[in-house]
Amino acid sequence: MARITAGVGCSHVPAIGVAMDLGKTDEPYWAPCFAGFEKSREWIKDARPDVVFLVYNDHCTVFDASFIPTFALGCAAEFAPADEGWGPRPVPVVRNHQVMASHVAQSLILDEFDMTIMNEMEVDHGLTVPLSLMFGDLGVDDEWPCLVIPLCVNVVQYPAPTGNRCYNLGKAIRRAVESFDEDLKVVIFGTGGMSHQLQYKRAGLINKEWDTQFMDRLTSDPVGLSQTPHVEYLREAGSEGVELVMWHIMRGALDDEVDEVHRHYHVPASNTAVGHIILANREYPGVAK
Amino acid sequence: MALKKDYEDIPGTLVFDADRGREGYHLNQFCISLRLQGNRDAFNADEGAYLDRYPMTAEQRQAVVDRDWNRLLELGGNIYYTSKLGANDGITFQQLAGLMTGMGNEAYRKMMVDGGRPPDGNRYQHEWDDKGEN
Repeated sequence: MARITAGVGCSHVPAIGVAMDLGKTDEPYWAPCFAGFEKSREWIKDARPDVVFLVYNDHCTVFDASFIPTFALGCAAEFAPADEGWGPRPVPVVRNHQVMASHVAQSLILDEFDMTIMNEMEVDHGLTVPLSLMFGDLGVDDEWPCLVIPLCVNVVQYPAPTGNRCYNLGKAIRRAVESFDEDLKVVIFGTGGMSHQLQYKRAGLINKEWDTQFMDRLTSDPVGLSQTPHVEYLREAGSEGVELVMWHIMRGALDDEVDEVHRHYHVPASNTAVGHIILANREYPGVAK
Repeated sequence: MALKKDYEDIPGTLVFDADRGREGYHLNQFCISLRLQGNRDAFNADEGAYLDRYPMTAEQRQAVVDRDWNRLLELGGNIYYTSKLGANDGITFQQLAGLMTGMGNEAYRKMMVDGGRPPDGNRYQHEWDDKGEN
């Protein structure tokens, strides 16, 4: 049967993708941001996931204002990088485990998490930047080293789903994965954040202290953390910091007790605090080194 | 009974909720159309004719013409949408933030490199009122 072995939390700042695509990662501005992912790239080579279940948000690319699903599961065979206004990122097409995705869709809906099912979908920087950070520079003629099941969460129009709902969706995803017959290793990514505000007169808000307690409590108090009210994200982590609800989906899909394998935090990437964490289930010591 | 909007006392922040989504719908749909090169070409060739396609309010239309980035948000725009208008004009997210905060690009960029805008003094509207900011 399929198993979730570990979780990855990761910001998905578009400027990170631009820096990689333009070969700027060694510049003084960017080098400290990327240095924190060197260990992660080694780790994921050893963890060797067959499938990455990638929780992210679309930034009005596929879902413009006409259509705003709270949860949308990617069930297409593949997902092309989208043109977000400056041409598609020069990264590989993302390939799905389509049989597993349809199994997950059916399992989640019967488990009372009503997914929108996407049989055609492009993917924006919210999905491709975390893949690039974890797997390194890959071009359009390369292949990502694993299959990817995308889950889009609305965090653009308030309200995003609650942290509690997201945490429990993570548990339902785990049940869906574990009821899939194929012997597969799955790593779940929760992306977005950390503190940032892109808009209006308070733009530029960064709250390192709050971000740090968020990462600490993913291990020490995940259930309590999932009860954080939306207004706390908005006030403490900025209007776009509410993206962090997506990390609760990742956390909910893991064991109650996990080991923190790696953490990285850097300010700034453009307007944003970059946060990254790797959490491993203890029954996979090979993953948790 | 009205929903309680407990986020309205955060200074310098417009939460893009369902009411703003309703008010800004046509404005945002205009902005997102600029994701595609063909639409950017048509808009840049004749802004007025292109804007006629979107039944936004006169105020919204004027804010587009004026590139009044804060006004666009006050009238229901969302930053992920208005940033497409910025991108059309060659303005990045960070440059937009320099404009929206009134700091200018260099001062804003330096603030971010120095660790960003601190939360202290920036959590509640009354903290800004006390400082004479709005």
